[in-house]
Order: sequence, then structure tokens, then C-alpha cells
Amino acid sequence: MSDVMTERQALAERPGGVSSLSLKQARLPRWTPAALALASAAIGCGIGLGAGLDSRIQWGLIAALVFVVATFVLSAAVEGARQAKDRLATGLVWMAFLLAVIPLASLLWETVVRGSKVLDGYFLSHSMGTLPDALPGGGIYHAIIGTLEQVGLATLIAAPLGLFTAIYLVEYGRGRLAKAVTFFVDVMTGIPSIVAGLFILSVWILILGFGPSGFAGSMALAILMVPVVVRSTEEMLKLVPNELREASLALGVPKWRTILKVVLPTSIGGITTGVMLAVARITGETAPVMLLVWGAKTINNNPFQDAQQSLPLYVFQQWQQGSEASYDRAWAAALVLIAFVMILNLVARGIARWKAPKTGR
Amino acid sequence: MTPSATATPDAAPPPAAAPDSAVSGKARRPGDRIFLGLSRGSGIALLVIMAAIAAFLTYRSVLAISGDHANFFTTLDWNATGTEPKFGIAVLAFGTVVSALIAMVIAVPVAVGIALFISHYAPRRLASPLGYVIDLLAAVPSIIYGLWGALFLVPHLGGLYGWLDDYLGWTGVFSYGGGAARSLFTVGILLAIMILPIVTSVSREVFLQAPRMHEEAALALGATRWEVIRMSVLPFGRSGIISASMLGLGRALGETMAVATVLSPSFLINTSLLDPGGGTFAQNIAAKFSEADTFGQDALIASGLVLFVITLLVNGAARLIIARRKEYS
Repeated sequence: MSDVMTERQALAERPGGVSSLSLKQARLPRWTPAALALASAAIGCGIGLGAGLDSRIQWGLIAALVFVVATFVLSAAVEGARQAKDRLATGLVWMAFLLAVIPLASLLWETVVRGSKVLDGYFLSHSMGTLPDALPGGGIYHAIIGTLEQVGLATLIAAPLGLFTAIYLVEYGRGRLAKAVTFFVDVMTGIPSIVAGLFILSVWILILGFGPSGFAGSMALAILMVPVVVRSTEEMLKLVPNELREASLALGVPKWRTILKVVLPTSIGGITTGVMLAVARITGETAPVMLLVWGAKTINNNPFQDAQQSLPLYVFQQWQQGSEASYDRAWAAALVLIAFVMILNLVARGIARWKAPKTGR
Repeated sequence: MTPSATATPDAAPPPAAAPDSAVSGKARRPGDRIFLGLSRGSGIALLVIMAAIAAFLTYRSVLAISGDHANFFTTLDWNATGTEPKFGIAVLAFGTVVSALIAMVIAVPVAVGIALFISHYAPRRLASPLGYVIDLLAAVPSIIYGLWGALFLVPHLGGLYGWLDDYLGWTGVFSYGGGAARSLFTVGILLAIMILPIVTSVSREVFLQAPRMHEEAALALGATRWEVIRMSVLPFGRSGIISASMLGLGRALGETMAVATVLSPSFLINTSLLDPGGGTFAQNIAAKFSEADTFGQDALIASGLVLFVITLLVNGAARLIIARRKEYS
């Protein structure tokens, strides 16, 4: 409102007064933002070079500042305050986007470039064995085995538990128990992964006296996975149209068969997607694995006995060694991990699109 | 015995299951009873797990705190071994809160900007792949952010910190003594980068739900794009932004590996955020765990319990905000 008033006052104060008021407002040409961006990038580099700033981050920041200020001033002079504010907002939004793209793109780029250095068939098919950490060589076979077994076991625990809880909440639950479960699923979503690890540590290792094992890690991962599965399955079951259930029940089909044969098949695509996204999430968890599985250098195929290795923990331990060779191995393992998680994500989203829930017409 | 056993589930279960038995007039089919039992059992199992988490963490924490020869909340030291263990969480609480706050201050405005960019500014053909990529980035494991932070980000921040020290060093908060940039501020920046995708992805969904009619009405009245966003999109999305930020805050508070790789820890509260030192709950657990004996592990569990309570409070606040939003819309 006040913007409009000032606009009119500004117009009135112009030479010529109200009589020069026309329907067409002065606009900057379409190429202005691009030209200004180029110019300010040049100015940013110029100042950076001239003042001898050694961090490229500062060059970029200066250029961004110059661009935003120049756009605002120019637009305010030609187009008026409202357009200037609009352009300022546009500039800031673009800045935010570019500012975020740089680190995130750099993260992916560094992982791919540095990771592909030692990544080959040997690296994927051998364990570290007795290799000293400072030497090149070795591989991640033991870590891949460990990750697959731990995540598999966690999924075996968490998927049925989460699935049945979601069925309870959607198909049966009305009442105090259902409300409590809903609330605590939300609480569980927020548990930091290291706290889940500490819980299993306190029960399984400190009180029950078991040693570290892949299974101990799986239990902590399952705690992190259950709420994710419940949430996504619940959403999917809610999308199944009620008419389907009613039609089945009206034909005299028992409720449990209705759920098994009508409700679940209708929503199976979405449920699979949810479970796979949850698997992708726990695959990258390091903290609980560090507390409960400890990490090993050799192949241990038995997840119920003795320490195992896992991919994220391998990345961390190789980083801790601090030699060039171990950094290379850490990046390569990180690349494998990222590829695994991304493929899981892509496949999950593919399934979601392919088997989209059949809602009512 | 049998009649009463079949009668109890009939009394307790919700009306949805009722028509079945009401029509047939008989006890429910065994298949139904098994299925209901399984699904209700899973729900109860979840409650039991949550109760067990709270109970066991509290039990071990009580063991630890009662053996602590110093004040658990104010001591600036972590020495949980020997005959007179002295440890406290003051440094950890400070580090956790400060680094998470830095992350929020950096990440939330940028994330809202990106979300607006994707939902309202980006060209159509770019927008949906971008949303997809952001969702994928949200799934990148935190250890990879940690590795990147330690080996790429830290060496690149020295110049920026020197510059901040030149101009803002007089505040005391931004003084920098040189050396590797393994400080709380670096942790804050890394956490900000880490939570960006998740905050963006949630905010974007909220912005896309903003009522189209309001936007079109504002445009028809001659509003500029920014005015449309300010008057119809942001007010609608405000609580969504807040809950997305809380989600990000919860992640930042509980993050372990990204902090453990980047920070060089010490048990001092350092007023200068750019100099190395400090610690966070999760980082301290990861760092001290391997050399801790049973009592030391109990002490770490006690600090984990404090972290758990803090994240619960943050999540509870987020839930309240979301619930209030539901009332309005």
C-alpha cells in the first residue's frame, strides 16, 4: 500500500509532473541483468586481484554484493522503488541458489574425481587384510559385505515392524493407543543416530554382556529405520480409496484378507519406495556402527559374531589414518557409498512413478 | 475362558472392525484376530522400544553422574577414568548449541531462497529436475560431508577467516590466530551445507502448496513477483519454513561424523569462534568412545541422554508449530 503511494509521489515530483504520466512504465532492457552480472563478476575479480585477496570465496562474495547493489540502484533510478525491490529479491534468490550450488556441486565433483583414482576391480574384491595403513592397495570387500549384512538384518527387523504398525494406525487404530503410537513415531524420527547407538550399547553390550557384532549395529539401524517406514507406509495406505475396502468387505471378504489382497497390493509401489528410501538413509549411518560394530580389517561373514566393517565406518577410519594412500581409499569408498545410495534413491523413485497408487477416478 | 477371551478384543477394538462381527453375530475369524494382534503388537513394540530407550539411558546416566566427582553441568573437563573421575557437559552444550545456531543462521535464509527459486523463479524446465537433485542431495551420507569438509573445505577457509579477523577481529568473536580452520565456525558452515537440501526440500513443498488463486489475484492487481511472494506465498509457508528449520536443527544438533572429522576438539569454551577448540555432544562420544572403560562409556551415555532431551525439545517445538498450522488452514 505504502509502496503505491510513494510511487505516485515519485511520479508527481518528476519534471513535467502528473501530465507526463503514461500507461507505459520505463523498463530496463531485458539484457540488463546478464550485463550487470558479467560486469560485477569482472569487478569482483578485479578487486580480488588488486587487493591481493587469496580466497576465491571472497572474490565471489564481492561480485555478488556489487551485482545486488548495482541492480537495485539502477532499477530504482529507472523503474521505481517497487520494481527495484522486485529485482533485489530476484537477485538475492539467484544468489542463494548459486551460493548453495557451489559447495554441493564441489562435494559431488571432489568425491567422483578423487574417488575414481583407486577404484577398480581389485579395490572392490579385496579386504584390507594385514596391509599397513600407509601403503597403497587394499580394498573394501569386507566393508561391502558388512554393510549389506547389517543393512539387510536391520531391514528384516524394521520393515515388518514398521509395516504392521502403519497397518495398525491406518486400518485399526482409533483411540488412545493409536494416538500414543503416532506421537512416539514422531519422537523416534528425531532420535540422533548416536543416541540409538548408545541405547543398544547400554542394553546389549553393557548389561547383557555381548561383544560387538554386525547384529548389534543392525538393531540400532532398525531403530532409526522403523519411524521412516511407518511414516511413508502410513501415507501410502491413506491414499488407497475407501471404496475399494468397502467393496471387498461388502463381498464378505474378511478384513485381514481385504488388507492383504486389496489394500496392500494397491499401495505396494509406494510402500516399496518408502522402505528403499529408509534403507538408503541407514546405509550411510556411521555413528551407531562405530559404537557397536567397531570395524575390522579382515573379512567377517558372520554378522552375529565379532567385529565387522561397514562402508561409512571404513571411510571414517581411513580418513583417521591420515596418509595419502588412506585418503585415496577413503574417497574411493565414499564414491561407492554415494553411488549405492543414489542408485537406491533413483530406483525407489522410479518404482514410485511406475507403480503410482491407483487413486479413485 | 474362551468366551471371555473373545469378548475382550471385541470391547477394546475400534468401531472400524465392529461391523464384521456385528453382522455375522459370531466371534471374529481367527485370521482377523491374528492380523489385529500382529499389527497392534507392532505398535505396542514401538512404545516399548521408546520406553526402553528412555529407561536404559537414564539408568546408565544415573550410574555415571553419581560417580562424577564434579558438577556434571558446569565442569569444563572430560576425565572419566581413574579413581576420581571429573567430567561435565558445559563445553559440549556450548559447542553443540553454537555450531547448530551458526548452521541455522546460514542455512535457513539460503534454503528459503533456493526453495523460492525452484518454486517461483527457475524456468519451468529447470525446476523439476532441480527439485529432484535437491532430494537426492538430502540423501548423501553425513560421513561424506565430513570427508569433504575435512579435506576440501577446511584448507579453503583460511583466507576467509584471515579477512574476517582483519575487519571483525576487534569483536573478539571473529579473531583468528592462523593455522588450520578446524573451528566451531567451520563446523557451523559444514552443518549448514549439510542441512541445506533437507530444509530446501521441505520448504519447496510448502511453497508449491500455496493457493494458486491468491497468487493469481495478487498478480491481477498488478503486484510484482516479489510482492506476490511476500503477500501470498510467505505468509502461507511461514509455519512450514519453521518446521523445516526445526527438522534441520534436529539434524545439526545430533550430527556426529561431519563434526568429528572437521573439528579439532578441546575442553575449553573459546569466545573466538574461528579458532580451533570446543566440542559437541555427538563428536565427543565418537572421539572418546574407543578409549573409554565401562564407566567412561556410562559417562558418554549420560551426555548422550542430554543430547536426546535437547533434540526432543526441538522436535516437540516443531510439532507444536505444525499442529497450530493445521488449525488455521
